[in-house]
Amino acid sequence: MEAVKDVRDEPGPVAEEASAPEAAPVPGEVSEVAAGPTERRLHPVTPLRRAWAPVAVIAGWAVHDPDQAQRQLTRLTTMTLTAVLVAAVLGAALYGFLSWWFTHFAVTDTELRIRTGLVFRRTAHIRLERLQAVDVTQPLLARVAGVAKLKLDVVGTDKKDELAYLGQEEARVLRAELLARAAGFAPETAHEVGEAPVQRLLHVPAGVLAVSLVLTGATWGTLAAALVVPPLLWFATHSVWTVLATALPLLGAAGASSVGRFVGEYDWTVGESPDGLRIDHGLLDRTHETVPPGRVQTVRIVEPLLWRRRGWVRVELDVAGSSNSVLVPVAPREVADAVIARVLPGVTVPTSLARPPRRAGWCVPFWWRGYGLAVTDTVFVARHGLLRRSIALVPHAKVQSVRLEQGPWQRHKGLADVRVDTGANKTVTARLRDATEAAELLYGQADRSRTGRREARPDRWMA
Amino acid sequence: METGTSENAGQTAGQAAGEPVWIGLPPGLLRMRRLLLVVWLGLLTVGTGLLLGLLAGPGWAAFALLPLAVLLWGWPMLGRNWRSWRYAERADDLLISRGVLWQEETVVPYGRMQLVEVTSGPVERHFGLSSVQLHTAAAATDARIPGLDPAEAERLRDRLTELGEARSAGL
Repeated sequence: MEAVKDVRDEPGPVAEEASAPEAAPVPGEVSEVAAGPTERRLHPVTPLRRAWAPVAVIAGWAVHDPDQAQRQLTRLTTMTLTAVLVAAVLGAALYGFLSWWFTHFAVTDTELRIRTGLVFRRTAHIRLERLQAVDVTQPLLARVAGVAKLKLDVVGTDKKDELAYLGQEEARVLRAELLARAAGFAPETAHEVGEAPVQRLLHVPAGVLAVSLVLTGATWGTLAAALVVPPLLWFATHSVWTVLATALPLLGAAGASSVGRFVGEYDWTVGESPDGLRIDHGLLDRTHETVPPGRVQTVRIVEPLLWRRRGWVRVELDVAGSSNSVLVPVAPREVADAVIARVLPGVTVPTSLARPPRRAGWCVPFWWRGYGLAVTDTVFVARHGLLRRSIALVPHAKVQSVRLEQGPWQRHKGLADVRVDTGANKTVTARLRDATEAAELLYGQADRSRTGRREARPDRWMA
Repeated sequence: METGTSENAGQTAGQAAGEPVWIGLPPGLLRMRRLLLVVWLGLLTVGTGLLLGLLAGPGWAAFALLPLAVLLWGWPMLGRNWRSWRYAERADDLLISRGVLWQEETVVPYGRMQLVEVTSGPVERHFGLSSVQLHTAAAATDARIPGLDPAEAERLRDRLTELGEARSAGL
């Protein structure tokens, strides 16, 4: 499979080939030893991120069961309380320190190794040629402390396989080095290549972002729910706890879909560099994503009803093993098309998509008009949705398998669905096509995906 | 639709792009499924008939006809479903077709295969059957061929692995 991981219970050969792991160099210092990978530690600020854990546990318990918590608290003297608190904080600090002390990482010619674990040793080998994306994120507190989190997206990686935290500058240097190695630069020069120059493609102004969020149905829907449901519940039950238990999540959802999205998508910048696509965004938490060339599996152009008059669209993309999905939160259609042309080289978004035959109305009344399909030399394009239109593009080279499905009622009407599966676990469906057309499409798509792959760029894009 | 069991039909490696040569499933799978159906529903029929007849009166024992009806209906249904399953090895991809009312046809290019799995549960093993399951990088890919002869399953696995290596293409 993609991620070559290795879980071991004992140190094993990895620890042995590391050069003097006990005398690991000071974090932030890149020692340039040609022989063998140099193991490094994370930034010394790292242990602090776990220090709040016991406090959170106590707070969670108190919120979960407030009456009992109060009773317990009154019974305790101040003395025992402080003792418990001090012990908890010390325990957390010790745990944080030990987990930091026993976490090492090293960059070799072909992989990034992360060695963690005090009792259960775990070594993750992340192969750089399988790299799908690199993210450098800085939560608000990390920005204050001047540190950053570095995450490599490879199919199969999980949350444990991120480097948190590194010094700000160290993270940037490491990202450049990892990308250079993944691109196939000679190993000796990889850490001298440095950051690839970035050419800015698009910047979303704050005003446009705010207007686009105001014009989004989800914002108003959650807001309305948060304002209407709690009073109704109050009339029905007269119980403060029930009202609070429903109002808080609802308010949270409303906040997340309006203010939260604005804060997250503020100052959205898309750039292009030889290393791939650069996406930077965030007001409080800053995120810098890099998607190397040829990693994009699917691109979706979403057009909500209220945006249509202004000609705005939202562009989403899928990369295997990555959770990030937004490419452009809001932009005029032409600008979005220009960005897509850079993301998927040689692809133009087709303007006219073929609708299903009229008899499709018997299968899906009214909404059948939203479905559409177009197949060009490079992409498979399917549209769905009538009010909120969504167009999905899949490069032929990214198709993993093709399926044709036909239910009894569809067969009666001579219609069939064609589904195209991609490596990002997304399936794009062309619904309600004519049955003979669908059968041709099934075999044709299998052929196109095979030839498309042959012409695709290599995994090591600079090699 | 009706394709008998022809073990060697798919061996022609250089199969041209023309009509694919479909291979049906061996009758062992149908035998196993029908036997399981008869055993479970037969037991259920007898069990409900006896219990209700003894405890609630002979009139109530008529409820035992319900599982019997399911059994009689299921017998030909299993046959239809079994006949609908078939697969074909083309030059560059594997086709799997199945389903009677809800038909599904899957095309998996050999180069996209990440893993080929041959499994055989205790009941399947007793009847001398194995299943072959193909995995690609997309979890949605549902390519499984149940109830093959172990020899055919192994031949298919080896051939798929070999072709997959020759045409390998990652994500």
